[in-house]
Amino acid sequence: MSSDVRFTDFKSDKQPTWCPGCGDFGTMNGMMKALAETGNDPDNTFVVAGIGCSGKIGTFMHSYAIHGVHGRALPVGTGVKLANPDLEVMVAGGDGDGYSIGAGHFIHAVRRNVDMSYVVMDNRIYGLTKGQASPTSREDFETSTTPEGPKQPPVNPLALALSAGATFIAQSFSTDARRHAEIVQKAIEHDGFGFVNVFSPCVTFNDVDTYDYFRDAIVDLADEDHDSSNYDAAKEKILDADKEYQGVIYQDENSVPYSELHGIEGNMSEIPDGAPEDAMDLVREFY
Amino acid sequence: MMQDLNWAIGGEAGDGIDSTGKIFAQALSRAGRHVFTSKDFASRIRGGYTAYKIRSSTDQVESVVDRLDILVALTQRTIDENLDELHEDSVIIYDGERTEMEDVDIPGEMIGLSVPLKRLAEDAGGAIMQNTVALGAACEVAQFPIENLDSALDKKFGAKGEAIVENNKEAARLGQENVQEEYDHDFAYDIETTDNDYVLLNGDEAIGMGAIAAGCRFYSGYPITPATNVMEYLMGRIQHFGGTVVQAEDELSAINMALGAARAGARSMTATSGPGIDLMTETFGLVAQSETPLVIVDVMRSGPSTGMPTKQEQGDLNMTLYGGHGEIPRFVVAPTTVSECFQKTVEAFNFAEKYQTPVFLLADLAMAVTEQTFSPEEFDMDEVEIDRGKIVDENDIDAWTDEQDRFQPHFPTADGISPRALPGTTGGAHMSTGLEHNSLGRRTEDTDTRVEQVDKRNRKVETAQEEEDWSPREFGDSDSDTLVISWGSNEGPMREALDFLEEDDVSVRFLSVPYIFPRPDLTEDIEAADKVIVVECNETGQFANVIEHDTLTRVDRINKYNGIRFKADELADEIKAKLGQEVEA
Ligand SMILES: Cc1ncc(C[n+]2csc(CCOP(=O)(O)OP(=O)(O)O)c2C)c(N)n1
Ligand code: SF4
Repeated sequence: MSSDVRFTDFKSDKQPTWCPGCGDFGTMNGMMKALAETGNDPDNTFVVAGIGCSGKIGTFMHSYAIHGVHGRALPVGTGVKLANPDLEVMVAGGDGDGYSIGAGHFIHAVRRNVDMSYVVMDNRIYGLTKGQASPTSREDFETSTTPEGPKQPPVNPLALALSAGATFIAQSFSTDARRHAEIVQKAIEHDGFGFVNVFSPCVTFNDVDTYDYFRDAIVDLADEDHDSSNYDAAKEKILDADKEYQGVIYQDENSVPYSELHGIEGNMSEIPDGAPEDAMDLVREFY
Repeated sequence: MMQDLNWAIGGEAGDGIDSTGKIFAQALSRAGRHVFTSKDFASRIRGGYTAYKIRSSTDQVESVVDRLDILVALTQRTIDENLDELHEDSVIIYDGERTEMEDVDIPGEMIGLSVPLKRLAEDAGGAIMQNTVALGAACEVAQFPIENLDSALDKKFGAKGEAIVENNKEAARLGQENVQEEYDHDFAYDIETTDNDYVLLNGDEAIGMGAIAAGCRFYSGYPITPATNVMEYLMGRIQHFGGTVVQAEDELSAINMALGAARAGARSMTATSGPGIDLMTETFGLVAQSETPLVIVDVMRSGPSTGMPTKQEQGDLNMTLYGGHGEIPRFVVAPTTVSECFQKTVEAFNFAEKYQTPVFLLADLAMAVTEQTFSPEEFDMDEVEIDRGKIVDENDIDAWTDEQDRFQPHFPTADGISPRALPGTTGGAHMSTGLEHNSLGRRTEDTDTRVEQVDKRNRKVETAQEEEDWSPREFGDSDSDTLVISWGSNEGPMREALDFLEEDDVSVRFLSVPYIFPRPDLTEDIEAADKVIVVECNETGQFANVIEHDTLTRVDRINKYNGIRFKADELADEIKAKLGQEVEA
């Protein structure tokens, strides 16, 4: 790790193909800044992306990365991190990717508490498939597949995380560059699963959850007297359906990451040229 | 005196049938006898009929036969279920003092030994040891030195403390003495022991052991019969070698975790059975497209759907060979014996890393749950060679960069295999994707690049086809006009069937094929034969179809799909029938 890494070193030479104005630009910039700030460089960083406009992020960044199948980014990230703890693993995805097709994995990744960060670009719509309802879409949000609105309450990802035993829950707004980068940085620094839900507006298909909407609605927890180590205070904020909060909402200071609990250390890519020294003991067991 | 001993214990699931059977198998193995076991089990934990059967001989045994010499029956049903296999010298050991067994009906000529299993167990320290009493009784019937049983009891209960071991030994003695005292009978059995050292293990364990030997350090899976044992085996051991096992939330997660670990550079594996393979299918393509080395084990069971989860079938060949959307370059390796499960697992990891592809290890239930004895040399760790393929370091990357302008992780080399930079390698940062991509890994829909990359990936398979030895294993009479071909666990019974056939002067050439894709070209072998018979445990003849397709020749088939593996004598009869010979009823 070199200390002179700049966030632009994480930019690939491929120009993003997101629609001009898409919230994902800001989300990605913040992620790159946070990675650089925390002393990482592209060669020790592994970015896992799902499928969706959000999932394209791995292409526009420069690092080791994989662009997987829809909804399965978290298991991939889990495998990467456990196999090589020296890597800084960041998983990115959309609200459809993470809370719909990948919802099961989300809950279990939270429970597992592997030391990586998970950044969800929540635009409350399916962007890449051109505007269908997502799990975070509002009940009355009209889309091509829900002409009268989904008529189901939206998923509250923060509440899901909290109930699954999350050790770090945060929310940010992609266009509030400084705060967003700062929050992702805290997620990276957290010892365990650092979850950040990012409001990352889709300017093409969502005319409700817009920049203007979030700018007006957002309450920054830095401006409130919020103690993120206080579970009950966090719960209260998370279940407050009337406000959109920004900041670190909950952090368990005593979080012990999965690998520590399971005694996993060392880079698993290093193996001997033949069977391990004492492999014959494995055979003797069957006498 | 007969040297072959066919022994079984049967009762209700939950009666400890499995562990009792295994103790006896171990006792026989420790006495230098070969053992081959099979299990009848229902997919319930309590309340279903279960049996553990052992065939034992001083020669290597490869199959079960329709014959039972000693049967420990904990329920009347055990006797009823096995009537066909009992003969006039058979001995049935049961507990005539237990109310449910009081009026047991011992059919025909058979010898019924009513041994008060429960009462004697209580005398030795607890009713729970009634199966051990039965084992002691069985030792007496078979004239088998009970010291061998003692040593198996040591192994089984050693960790639970001296008292438990001693009580069990006492229980066995009481069983033995009861038969000595109550039955003044010369039984037809006098079991020979030898000084040979054998190990006793099943296919799942051999796969787990092979994985560790091959350097596998990451395993993720989701429990499913009959693959769970692979995970349980690794769970207790892989940590010692610096690895880990993760029980994932489902198979989708399991394969994706394994993929992630593989991309990070670990030798990585997942194992499942049919339903799990279905769930994993989408990711097969990603593994191949991103050129990630991954070993995916399918321990087949009866399908479709939940089918018969505890029964044998070889129905997933098409699934592993063709499963997944689009066209996926892959390897399918199908071990044919328990010891091959070890060797082929090692090979699978080398193929995966050398060719940067998914490798399916296609095992089946019959092999996975069968405990069999082998000489320890069959698991020779010194023979294990690890080939990690084209992994590059930062110097290689610098050289590449000088020569080819920049590092290209999907460069279309002549052999189709590209340089692989493990994450953390300086200068190697790149993205891998399931999207079609160019040599840099960048998404593209450019028509020429698409063709170039598809060809490149398939070229790896062509390279492997040329470089590796895909020969089948050959048995029987190499000059015979009759050619029998099988894959997977049919090899064992088929090899024994050859002996039965020879006794009747039927000569057969037998090829056992451990490679489904790439696979050997059998055209010449088939053209040289008058009759070709493909033996497999499925209804549609999936391998037979593949062979017909390859060789443009019709083949005969012997298919079994009732959930039970082939038996040697049965196979011999079916082959004779195919050859138009009379088969004794
Ligand atoms: C198995 C599977 N099902 C469906 C799709 C099609 N698909 C691609 S992206 C997407 C939704 C993405 O939505 P979201 O995660 O919210 O990301 P966004 O595009 O809004 O950033 C869907 C359904 C797919 N690629 N794979
Ligand atoms: S469709 Fe929406 S989410 Fe996708 S790139 Fe355009 S603005 Fe962004």
